[in-house]
Amino acid sequence: MVHPPATRPGLAQRFVQAWNKYKWSYFFIFPSMLLFFIFTAYPVGQAFLLAFQKVDLRGSEWIGLKNFQDIFASKLFWLSMQHTFIYAAFVVAAWLVTSLLVAVLIQPLHNRIQSLFRAAFYLPNVISIVVISLVWIWIFEPQFGFFNYLLSLIGQEPVRWLQNPRIALWSIVLSTVLIVPGSGVVIYSAAIGSIPRDYYEAAEVEGANGFQKLLHITLPLLNPTTLYLMVIYTIAGFQIFERVYIMTGGGPINRTTTIVQLIYQTAFSDFNFGRASAQGLILFAIIAIFSMIQFKFLGTDIEY
Amino acid sequence: MTTKTTVAESAFRPTARNFSKFRRMLPRLLTLLLLSAVAIISLFPLYWLFVTALTPASTTVRMPPQIIPKNPTLENIVDMIRISGTGELNVLGTGWIIRMPRMLIWFINTTFIALFSTGFHVFFDAMAGYAFAKRRFPGSRVLFWMILAALMIPGQVTLVPLFLMITKMDLVNSYSGVILPGLADVIGIFLLKQFMQTIPTELEEAARVDGASEWTIFIKIIMPLSVPALAVTAIFAFQRYWNSFLWPLIVLQDPDLFTLQVGLSYIHTSEFGTNYGLLMAGAALAAVPMIIFFFAFQKYFMQGLRIGAIKG
Repeated sequence: MVHPPATRPGLAQRFVQAWNKYKWSYFFIFPSMLLFFIFTAYPVGQAFLLAFQKVDLRGSEWIGLKNFQDIFASKLFWLSMQHTFIYAAFVVAAWLVTSLLVAVLIQPLHNRIQSLFRAAFYLPNVISIVVISLVWIWIFEPQFGFFNYLLSLIGQEPVRWLQNPRIALWSIVLSTVLIVPGSGVVIYSAAIGSIPRDYYEAAEVEGANGFQKLLHITLPLLNPTTLYLMVIYTIAGFQIFERVYIMTGGGPINRTTTIVQLIYQTAFSDFNFGRASAQGLILFAIIAIFSMIQFKFLGTDIEY
Repeated sequence: MTTKTTVAESAFRPTARNFSKFRRMLPRLLTLLLLSAVAIISLFPLYWLFVTALTPASTTVRMPPQIIPKNPTLENIVDMIRISGTGELNVLGTGWIIRMPRMLIWFINTTFIALFSTGFHVFFDAMAGYAFAKRRFPGSRVLFWMILAALMIPGQVTLVPLFLMITKMDLVNSYSGVILPGLADVIGIFLLKQFMQTIPTELEEAARVDGASEWTIFIKIIMPLSVPALAVTAIFAFQRYWNSFLWPLIVLQDPDLFTLQVGLSYIHTSEFGTNYGLLMAGAALAAVPMIIFFFAFQKYFMQGLRIGAIKG
């Protein structure tokens, strides 16, 4: 090693040198990369191949774009798209507004009370959606459910929350938005806490009131946070499945079927794996497009 | 006259002071009231879950409902454990069979799957995170870029291919079938890499000079210094594995292998599906561990969220 050899080392020798230099690096990444390639990268590739095949329990054959043609010709697909968009739009809007509102309101409170509220708002978010959905079925129960009890107090007729085809989707939206997203509260609250006090003091000197300070200082400075939350909530909204699966199973008469519920049915009730893969790719495309649009609109003036 | 004014003044002054104090306190009081109202609505489903679970079955289906349970009882929980049926727990897949109520089996299955997955997941992610944070090697940039790209792909894309793969590997209806694909989650690698980059490289260099092996450096220096990030990664992973539903639902078919979430959905579609006292008792059994878990590690939950926000 003291005198480097004058001639270039042979291929084998260089390989041995490289191996000695990098073997530990490869050793460290090996287990997760092995899992990643087998259980993520390879299946993603497979999904693209399966989407162009007719795959069922017997075997598979190439059918070109037929899966996509069938999907776009299917009424149920467009219905599930409509449901998913409605759900995502209302849930994202409500979650952003409520979590921002809560975060703004807890800001002036004493530290102890702040963390108490943050814990209270975060708690329901650690519980599984299966459990939460089961409670909502009970709250929505037509005869003895809590909601119809509340309605009876103000002299209203009972509502068939999850059984009425025109209402069921809205009931699922309601069940989602009535629980404030704890992640949004915590993240907004951290972001508001990091805004320098001088900004507000300067505004006070110029005679700005609380609302003006919120509108002209807090909100613009929260743009990156809003973008981040909007993107993750939109993605979560588009992927809604467990609530629908548990609360309605997509019914009544398919009026709550969402895209992921449709993928589940196509794959595991109809055993049409090729078409389910194609539906998965369409969902992927929608999510990617929406994330890009949101970054374009909100991401441009993020650097201050 | 003078006495009168004095009386009037003395009566008036404190009131004025109280009033102006009240004026100053009013916005804060209203804020507290509004926040409490929103919090009560947000927490109501959880409250209702426990109230129903603890209300005697005879009074569950009654109008008006009992908002505060008068005679709380564990009857529903005992009944729920009974009606879930008796199953056979195959301890760690070794063939050692213990017969017990299914509810208990589901609890053990979920705990086993969640702990096992979290342990391996965090350890493997830490190894990879360390390599990506501290070492340059051919392919490191490409691989890391691939991991970031994978974060954007929704799980539903790989659902069908993974199911077909698991079927081919004959892992349907097994713990391995649930655990293995779940381990391939890469978010932890990213989080741990970001954290480990902040550990001064001098520490490793010093250990290397002292003749420590690479493995020793990782175990004795990097891992202990990364405990806060490891805790955050582990806590979110455990929550995710404990609550996970779709994948176990697809892979597991034998009720003796179910997790709590799959078991609950199974009870919900069974003949007991409309017995809400029982259903809520089962749901409460699945929720309590997560509630305890949250209060035990609250600090890390909050930290993890802030880290996520800064990354985004």
